Amino acid sequence: MSDVLLSVRDLVVEFPKRKTLLTALDGVSFDIHRGEILGVVGESGAGKSLTGAAIIGLLEQPGRIASGEIWLEDQRIDQLPYEKMRQLRGKRIAMIFQDPLTSLNPIFTIAEQLVETIRTHLPLNAKQARERAIQLLDEVGIPAAAKRVDDYPHQFSGGMRQRVVIALALAGEPELIIADEPTTALDVSVQAQIIDVLKRMCADHGAAVMLVTHDMGVIAEACDRVAVMYAGRVAEIGQVRQIVKQPQHPYTQGLMGSIPSLAHQRHRLIQIPGSMPRLDAIPTGCAFNPRCTSVGERCYKERPDLLVTNQGEVACWLFDQGGVA
Amino acid sequence: MNQAKRPLLEVKDLTCHFDVSKPLLNRILEREPKSFLTAVDEVSFEVNKGETFALVGESGSGKSTIAKLIVDLVHPSSGKIEFDGQSLATSRGQAFKNLRRRMQMIFQDPFASLNPRWPVGELVAEPIYAFGLAKSRAEVNRTVEELLEKVGLSGRDAAKFPHEFSGGQRQRIAIARALSAQPDFLVCDEPTSALDVSVQAQILNLMKDLQDEFGLTYLFISHDMSVVKHMADRIGVLYLGALVENAAAEELFKNPKHPYTRMLLDAIPDHEMTGRKRQAIKGEIPSPIDPPSGCTFHPRCALATGECKVKRPEVVVREGTRVACWEVDRLA
Ligand SMILES: Nc1ncnc2c1ncn2[C@@H]1O[C@H](COP(=O)(O)OP(=O)(O)O)[C@@H](O)[C@H]1O
Ligand SMILES: Nc1ncnc2c1ncn2[C@@H]1O[C@H](COP(=O)(O)OP(=O)(O)O)[C@@H](O)[C@H]1O
Ligand SMILES: [Mg+2]
Ligand SMILES: [Mg+2]
Repeated sequence: MSDVLLSVRDLVVEFPKRKTLLTALDGVSFDIHRGEILGVVGESGAGKSLTGAAIIGLLEQPGRIASGEIWLEDQRIDQLPYEKMRQLRGKRIAMIFQDPLTSLNPIFTIAEQLVETIRTHLPLNAKQARERAIQLLDEVGIPAAAKRVDDYPHQFSGGMRQRVVIALALAGEPELIIADEPTTALDVSVQAQIIDVLKRMCADHGAAVMLVTHDMGVIAEACDRVAVMYAGRVAEIGQVRQIVKQPQHPYTQGLMGSIPSLAHQRHRLIQIPGSMPRLDAIPTGCAFNPRCTSVGERCYKERPDLLVTNQGEVACWLFDQGGVA
Repeated sequence: MNQAKRPLLEVKDLTCHFDVSKPLLNRILEREPKSFLTAVDEVSFEVNKGETFALVGESGSGKSTIAKLIVDLVHPSSGKIEFDGQSLATSRGQAFKNLRRRMQMIFQDPFASLNPRWPVGELVAEPIYAFGLAKSRAEVNRTVEELLEKVGLSGRDAAKFPHEFSGGQRQRIAIARALSAQPDFLVCDEPTSALDVSVQAQILNLMKDLQDEFGLTYLFISHDMSVVKHMADRIGVLYLGALVENAAAEELFKNPKHPYTRMLLDAIPDHEMTGRKRQAIKGEIPSPIDPPSGCTFHPRCALATGECKVKRPEVVVREGTRVACWEVDRLA
């Protein structure tokens, strides 16, 4: 497709440890299109944050991209020198973290931080940048933005701070925003507002968003497509409706079934037995095999890659002609 | 028969203020009076034996403070708490010890509540020793093993330390430890909020199984409305420390009566994609140090009248629901 903005191909991320080599991401592939919100879900430790960090070039030492490619349109960005990557960050790709305080400097006013970011990326003078800052705060729903722009971060509530962070991320007019659990620390009422802001920004600015979250409510409300990660791989990827209503991978089915329903009352929740394996104990074949209710011979021997079905892509032998037997 | 009618837990006009004044010297220099925050504001409710009573509300609404008041970790400024007709605050000696034993608490962060230097077996055994519930070391060990198996761990885990377990398994340890006191009442403060949904499902299923098996009564605190709907028989909704609505769970979701409850329900994301439209909420919770007058919800309420600004709403009963709102009949 021509409107692919980000393309991640067979991404492998490793952590060399003293005695072993831990493979944290093992062949992750997906695309994000312009103006699209792609949700990334999965239990903690699945590799969601690492995927975001690898894209934006912020892997923690000694983590490294061992193989695979990351393309931003026609530019390959996984091997950019530090300085080049730094220029890209904030300008073409911006990042929003769970805790707004990690992105805001407590000793500078909101105006100072926004103006600096704006002027780093856009050719505006101080006065214009300040006006732009106020406009951005207004857009993300900060009341009386012109007055509050000179406040310090601690003078804002948690929800308001996260709006400021979104404004900061938008300051360079990025094409891609990577948001890692941006609403996890917030109350549902505030969460709903933040999702609205993200969606609106995406629509108005044509930015694409990679939205990492473990909250299916957020996914259902905000995303166009969803990638489900398990043990450092994409288990399934498809349209949000598909994933929520007719998940195909047994893991996705378990994940969806484990959420208490508002529509129906049942005495017990669907339960995926066990827990996700540690990086040093990932089973051979399909990593989900010890927890899978549909497991067959083949799942212990061969590792499934994403298979294209008429409903999306699924990494599960159930959807291969050969089956699981 | 009469005995069965009495609620297991009765909370009446419970109020808790916290002193949030600046240090004395600053106050003198800046000529400021002492300042107080009302974390819990004349809250009354009852919990019947064998049922699950849930408290919901956004952060800062007073949920954890109520939990701590009930298990006597925090002392009330006024009001009373009676458990099975007795009060922790006024009982002494063996009666006090027995009340303590019968009420146990599970926290959101199981790691913080488990001493990392103790092996799991000792952690689970501690209440057994503290309350003298076993006659011999062998009996203690047997009980610990049974409990660990009951919560989905194995007897062999007794020798391991908390850090060797995942978040969900630690919560299982915390539950086993609470159960070892042979309680009939568990106060659970956001027991699954830090867990993945998959692990949350395991823990919620376990809690229901244990309730069925031991006839436990739960005070279940959560900010997640879907979880609360799944677990609760009755639900109390808190706003700025006050209980604004108290209803049977099904009724609360079908027929919410307080404008704030409606707002909370409208904000739940539609994770099942049923097509329900979520309403964006306007405004934020005001500061509890300087709360609005009258009904504290009035600045955010579409129905607020002059009366709401000056007079604190009385609790009225409508269709079995207790609701504190002057305009409740206009909403229906
Ligand atoms: N600095 C690191 N050293 C070793 N392992 C790491 C490091 N950072 C992350 N990991 C591992 O990589 C896996 C994926 O982590 P992460 O992407 O943070 O998961 P998620 O965001 O899905 O919860 C986890 O098993 C985690 O323990
Ligand atoms: N020890 C304390 N000292 C001062 N204020 C407190 C203390 N504990 C809680 N509070 C305040 O009381 C209010 C209720 O808090 P809490 O019961 O923890 O709410 P919740 O559990 O619903 O998030 C909050 O405004 C909180 O800041
Ligand atoms: Mg993460
Ligand atoms: Mg709390």
